[in-house]
Amino acid sequence: MKILVAVKRVLDYNVKARVKADKSGVDLSNVKMSMNPFDEIAVEEALRIKEAGKADEVVVVSIGVSQCQETIRTALAMGADRGILVETDQEIEPLAVAKILKAVAEKESPQLAILGKQAIDDDSNVTGQMLAALMDCAQATFASKVEVGDGKVDVTREIDGGLQTLSLSLPAVITTDLRLNEPRYAKLPNIMKAKKKPLDVIPVADLGVDIAPRLKTLKVEEPPERSAGVMVESVAELVDKLKNEAKVI
Amino acid sequence: MAEKFGTFSWSDPFFLTDQLSEDERLVQETAQSYCQEKLMPRVLHANRNEHFDRDIMNEMGELGFLGSTIKDHGCAGLNYVCYGLVAREVERVDSGYRSAMSVQSSLVMHPINTFGSEAQKEKYLPKLATGEWVGCFGLTEPDHGSDPGSMKTRAKTVDGGYLINGAKMWITNAPIADVFIIWAKDDSDVIRGFILEKGMKGLSAPKIEGKFSLRASITGEIVMEDVFVPEENRLPDARGLGGPFSCLNRARYGIAWGALGSAEFCWHAAREYTLNRQQFGRPLAANQLIQKKLADMQTDITLGLQSCLRVGRLMDEGRFAPEMVSMIKRNSCGKAIDIARIARDMHGGNGISDEFHVIRHMMNLEAVNTYEGTHDVHALILGRAQTGLQAFSGN
Repeated sequence: MKILVAVKRVLDYNVKARVKADKSGVDLSNVKMSMNPFDEIAVEEALRIKEAGKADEVVVVSIGVSQCQETIRTALAMGADRGILVETDQEIEPLAVAKILKAVAEKESPQLAILGKQAIDDDSNVTGQMLAALMDCAQATFASKVEVGDGKVDVTREIDGGLQTLSLSLPAVITTDLRLNEPRYAKLPNIMKAKKKPLDVIPVADLGVDIAPRLKTLKVEEPPERSAGVMVESVAELVDKLKNEAKVI
Repeated sequence: MAEKFGTFSWSDPFFLTDQLSEDERLVQETAQSYCQEKLMPRVLHANRNEHFDRDIMNEMGELGFLGSTIKDHGCAGLNYVCYGLVAREVERVDSGYRSAMSVQSSLVMHPINTFGSEAQKEKYLPKLATGEWVGCFGLTEPDHGSDPGSMKTRAKTVDGGYLINGAKMWITNAPIADVFIIWAKDDSDVIRGFILEKGMKGLSAPKIEGKFSLRASITGEIVMEDVFVPEENRLPDARGLGGPFSCLNRARYGIAWGALGSAEFCWHAAREYTLNRQQFGRPLAANQLIQKKLADMQTDITLGLQSCLRVGRLMDEGRFAPEMVSMIKRNSCGKAIDIARIARDMHGGNGISDEFHVIRHMMNLEAVNTYEGTHDVHALILGRAQTGLQAFSGN
């Protein structure tokens, strides 16, 4: 079985995002970029499935500028077998990402595609769902446990009321939640070995996919600064404020 | 037409990261993640209780931090720039942790790899690489620090090997060591290297208590009373002070990077603290005195890191000279200890508390500035190199 994992290069989670002066987006010049944390969990899960003997190849795909090769290389250093970069300088919206991934999946025919549930830059949380719809296959989002069986996969997912377990027939798309696993560190010797693993770069035009943007960004603004809190004297005052001032109860 | 400028990154003014290759950046990221996620949460209590967590050696081994520049025997085969980047990330947390790693890599695995026989390499390197075995390096003696050539430890030739007598002092990892690299003079007064193993008769390594520096790493003496060491445990290719100095060049290079990691922590902490701390109705960082100190820290660290990177590249090209390492070891340690002391001061009363970490770095750097060649002794090396006159002894 082959597993396809999608990884996105995003602003590192430790970096404080700054809005560009013209409010057209977030300033990404000379800031640390790294793999989307949910995608690290996706890579880790794919590797664990492979190590359990239930998959024989883990292929990592990224879409974007040439520097995304570094993100793929991180996944290869963690243990993935092969990488594919669909190269483009354009901003790619979730629907276009899903279409590109579908085109890659048609070439690669994976039994399982694992994606992060969302990327921490735009937090869209739609790509996995769109990909499953385009591929016309089963999907399980927000996975907290994945068990691969014979021709099927059982996925426990985190929902508002607790946990739900779905049994999907393969092929399927899974998106990962935070508690699925703790991703491994890329070991130093494996970083050196990763240099020799294959990484194909495909220009996005070669896939013949419509990536024209459907969305228009009007402006990007910093969130408003949090104002200072107030100390209340008594429970009665708190209840009063919640009821009459904040109007939440 | 107006000139167009690039952006300025206050924490990385000259874009050090841009000067690294892809795999060097990945190595740095792994080191940074491990150190911040696994070492940082442990260091406060380790330092407070003077406790070295032995598991750290296994964890570092698992990730390939030990003997990382060695090509075979289960090691990663990284370049010296990578080795420096790892040292910087480890020491950003604690100089004691970096010491434990440096000793294992540069002072134990390096001499076995460089001066050892094939059998010695096969026996020791894989287990030292995983951290299953811990090693230590015995050169300094109670009465011979900067002047190791006058060491008293003796290796007397006997049937089938040597009898070693002597004492070594200030030895990182000694009390928990499985493997001891010991430097001793043979019957012809030539310094030789020997591999001793825990449990050899007459060998003991009592812990040194009461350190005010490097409390998160364990330090001991090594006492040797008629320790019999078989011939096969002598490092065949080490002869004279060149043996230990070859090890020290590598370790000192790592210290040069590491000390700046420690300084970076103190600088960032001082910046953060003075931005948040309000006195007289405004942040401390709004004062000229504070900004001058921050600017000095930023400048010293930025210039210092560039010099470490340069020497690392020269090492990787096989063009480095020991004097270069003296310059960066001395510069990094001297600047780092000044930065740590000033950062401690900028933290006011809170700077006294170990919860703010800067006083720990400050105290650690006292040892780092002293060991592996003090600030003054490295000045003498540089002085000799430019005047042709040695100032070590009166002769």
